[in-house]
Amino acid sequence: MRHDDPRLPTSPGFWRSPVRGTWFTSVLGLVLLAGITVLFVTGLLSYAAYNPDLAAVNDQTPDKGILGFYLFAWPTNPSWLYRATQGLHVTLGIALIPVLLAKLWSVVPKLFTLPPARSLAHALERISLLLLVGGGLFEFTTGVLNVQLDYLFPGSFYPLHFYGAWVFFAAFLAHAALKTPAALRAVRERRQDEAELAPPRPDAPTVSRRGALRFVSGASLLLLVTTAGQSIGGALRRTALLAPHGGADPGSGPNGFQINKTAAYAGVDPKETGEEAWRLVVTGPDGRTVRLSRPELLRLPQHSAALPIACVEGWSTADQWWRGVRLRDLAALVGYDDPPDVLVESLQRHGAFRRGALRANQVADPRSLLALQVNGEDLSPDHGYPARVIVPAAPGVLNTKWVARMTFGDL
Amino acid sequence: MRPRPALGSPFQILLLACSFALAAYAGVRLLSGDWLGVALWVVGAALLHDLVLLPLYALADRAVLRGLGTAGRRSWAMYVRVPAALSALLLLVWFPLISGTVAGHYRSATGLSADGFAARWLLITAVLFGGSALLLARRVRRATKRRPPATQRASGSQPRA
Repeated sequence: MRHDDPRLPTSPGFWRSPVRGTWFTSVLGLVLLAGITVLFVTGLLSYAAYNPDLAAVNDQTPDKGILGFYLFAWPTNPSWLYRATQGLHVTLGIALIPVLLAKLWSVVPKLFTLPPARSLAHALERISLLLLVGGGLFEFTTGVLNVQLDYLFPGSFYPLHFYGAWVFFAAFLAHAALKTPAALRAVRERRQDEAELAPPRPDAPTVSRRGALRFVSGASLLLLVTTAGQSIGGALRRTALLAPHGGADPGSGPNGFQINKTAAYAGVDPKETGEEAWRLVVTGPDGRTVRLSRPELLRLPQHSAALPIACVEGWSTADQWWRGVRLRDLAALVGYDDPPDVLVESLQRHGAFRRGALRANQVADPRSLLALQVNGEDLSPDHGYPARVIVPAAPGVLNTKWVARMTFGDL
Repeated sequence: MRPRPALGSPFQILLLACSFALAAYAGVRLLSGDWLGVALWVVGAALLHDLVLLPLYALADRAVLRGLGTAGRRSWAMYVRVPAALSALLLLVWFPLISGTVAGHYRSATGLSADGFAARWLLITAVLFGGSALLLARRVRRATKRRPPATQRASGSQPRA
């Protein structure tokens, strides 16, 4: 059979859409170049925000090796830092899906070109494209599933999405290095009909290339406006019509704001959180230990901080008004005048972050609290009653709820 | 004799070798757990997209174009394509929530109702198709109004089907 039989996808004549062309692919490619770079950087920031190099309990990827080369102590300023970086990561990722799909559509004829490889360099490039397309779709799919709590993927989200990102980005860098110069030229000079992209026998157009680009932009805009509200909060949360934490808040009143995991889901037994049963165990150097009931904690100096909850899933709340005991005051109680790191343990039975470590700079911040109240009322069970950690700019899961034990000292 | 050796650009080979080395370094870590499952997901994602999803929507698009072409309304394609594609895109992205496959898990974890997603998606779909129909109706009306009297007479004089 001949390669140019137009009934076969291996023939250029098989592909008829007059929208395909160098300019269209180049514009989409350049948008993805910028967008995916932002996704990669904000993703690496989110990874650093967990302080994985601080303690084993924070580290879902102990084999990271040199991939953690850039890690740094995650700051506490500004308090909305993680809200912004992770909201951007998830919202932009969702809004880029139409661009990704359109880009893949625009280059699909190349998948079928024959001969499969013209040279060694070409063969290697095609293998690299499998990593680029497979890795890219893997990253987008695992991210989209994870924010919907649909844990279908084969393993834990953190290592899959993190190592997958590096595999994808390795292929993305090579692709960008090989294609960006030509894409820039094509956009500048409005080149249309080069190489394998433009069809030799196009159908009559039903939409111009510009129209098709507006179509893709409109799809991105639709996803953006129906998602972004879950990361902005307030009245705009209701505009996030299909996002997991859009729409109405789960409750009303001071404790009515968004919940990551409810007490029932986390397996917190109400018997363990009652005033009689619950004690906070604070441990310092040489095993020095203080046990505090909730009334005793309430008699310690109380401080307030207006801080958000920001989840790795991209949603966040506006600032809530928390009140409780400063973490550094608790450290002082067991003998630390200079705040050290702390290991926080929860009563919860389930969840990867039953135990989480905070770094000395987080403990030292005067806004970092063991909160007992929120918005003028006692914490509800779902927001961590009897006591929870709240730290500025930390990812949600490190704001441990239902705290049972705090161990201060070098981890 | 070949006109040139089948090696290709040495720069490209070096660049890709460097890329593969980094990908392999991360890849062995990515595959350290359920290696078969992860490999199936990565390769499967590419194959599923390129050989199933894309051909399916391309065929659907051709079917719409053929249908409109038969009716002599090929220029209406975007009025069908845009709302259909946007609705399908929302369904693709938010399928777990819209289909309700994670409803129980979602409700117990977040304390939120899992019921509204399918209804909201249907309403958005209705608005998209309704809006598109309104735009099309406006375009058809304008075109009728703007048509010069001569053609109107001409078309009026044609025998009606």
